[in-house]
Amino acid sequence: MELTELIIKGILIVVLFGVTLLIAMYSTWAERKVAGFIQDRFGPNRAGPGGIFQPLADAGKMFFKEDFIPSQANKWLFILGPCLAILTALMSSAVIPFGESIRYEDLLIPVQGVEINIGILYVFGVVSLGVYGLMVGGWASNNKFSLLGAIRAASQNISYEIGFGLSIIAILMMTGSLSIRAIVEQQHGFAWNLFNQPLGFIIFLTCAFAECNRTPFDLPECETELVGGYHTEYSSMKLGFYLFAEYINMFVSSAIIASLYFGGYNYPGMDWVRETLTGSLGAATGHNLATLVGTIVLFGKIFFFIFFFMWVRWTLPRFRYDQLMNLGWKTFIPLSILNVVVTGFGLLYDVKYASWAIVIVMVIMAMVSSARAPKPAVQPQRT
Amino acid sequence: MKPTEILFYALTAITLLSASFVVTARNPIHSVLALILTFFCLSGHYILLNAQFLAAVNIIVYAGAIMVLFLFVIMFLNMKTEDEEAKTTITKLAAVVVGGVLLVVMVAVFRAASMATYNPSTYSAKVGLVENLGLVLYRDYLLPFELASVLLLVAMVGAVMLGKREPGDRHF
Repeated sequence: MELTELIIKGILIVVLFGVTLLIAMYSTWAERKVAGFIQDRFGPNRAGPGGIFQPLADAGKMFFKEDFIPSQANKWLFILGPCLAILTALMSSAVIPFGESIRYEDLLIPVQGVEINIGILYVFGVVSLGVYGLMVGGWASNNKFSLLGAIRAASQNISYEIGFGLSIIAILMMTGSLSIRAIVEQQHGFAWNLFNQPLGFIIFLTCAFAECNRTPFDLPECETELVGGYHTEYSSMKLGFYLFAEYINMFVSSAIIASLYFGGYNYPGMDWVRETLTGSLGAATGHNLATLVGTIVLFGKIFFFIFFFMWVRWTLPRFRYDQLMNLGWKTFIPLSILNVVVTGFGLLYDVKYASWAIVIVMVIMAMVSSARAPKPAVQPQRT
Repeated sequence: MKPTEILFYALTAITLLSASFVVTARNPIHSVLALILTFFCLSGHYILLNAQFLAAVNIIVYAGAIMVLFLFVIMFLNMKTEDEEAKTTITKLAAVVVGGVLLVVMVAVFRAASMATYNPSTYSAKVGLVENLGLVLYRDYLLPFELASVLLLVAMVGAVMLGKREPGDRHF
């Protein structure tokens, strides 16, 4: 690798890393703004215009709070827990392609941390490691509620990882590659995977909610049952790391959903934009500008999914624990296996939209069962 | 020394240290965490051999699923130091004998085994990548591969049978 390529790559990795942290930081602000909007109130509006400096104030508060370690806790593991959580959260954005490529003289450098041919498996591996931070921290606190939260987190993550993996397999069968960049490149223009894999997308999205421990799957930190869940004993920046890791995970999941199902940096009419820009501004500048437009489109999709995560959080109540397990084991796993089988048939007989058949059958079944269900008798109001 | 050699020696040192910590640690949780670190280092060795798929699968299956369940069970059991009494002299002696026999067998196998050689000029660096692995598995070793999947299915059915609640069982 030449020196200029190495320097550009290094700058790119630092920028992507910084952008990840910045977006996670402002997700905390956006979450409260969205919550305020949904609950018809203002949300943070004191620190700076529109509360724009609120994350900085929060970080300052977190750093200056007392860093407390319970006397009966296992000290090293207590510190290791939040470190593992934030480490695994930050690792997974390395393989996401954020754009096509940057042209510098004759070099073409992909806008991506590192391109490996097993990208999606890397993401899957790192996601499956994320649970260690919660488990180690919850156990080391030496608190029953923390331990219960940790155990819930572990069983939930393991259960939903199966549905998560099986829904990806249908995508892998269609594209024939494990590299995220190859998957994104096959969705060139408007041929997004969403149109071929609607069921896989829904399963993947729900499992992503469960893997991020977001509402309606935030049983590990269920305040009404477990005080605070796995981070009951944590304070100061250690707690901050746990909360921050959740927002980074949210950003990374949104980026992966956008890349796998919503075409990543692809958008309709991208070839026309590229030709017009390279034609009018020259090969290098036009190419880089077209890449920038693609990256902006990708970030638009990511922001939409982050908003979706928040929207769901402030709309839906939490599941009960047995409902969560039934949904994961008895609904998503059989459905995703069915999806894999139907996608296989579709590939064999060259029917591109085979997965829609399951969706149509499911919708008809749901309509029939709701039509047949006895209508609840109208209770006369007591006077 | 080349950078890959330095990486190899560093990884090997960490692997050996964490593997010995697995057996010497007093706390079972520390032991499990050291085992996870060992699996990580083994994945690092796979990456040095350019077997990325094996490295990722090793992390997903062992570090990501099996060790989580190990940690899960150990947390539930909440082992304390009082359990030391359960280890009688006979169990310790039996453990030493079994471990020693295993060591002898391993040494014998590695002495008898011959190192495979390769020709650097014709060697393809892509031999460990996922495409080649899939072709080898589904062409040359299709029957053993399918038999292994049947074995896994049988194990899964057995686990379901053991865990199934029969009528009359106490409802916990």
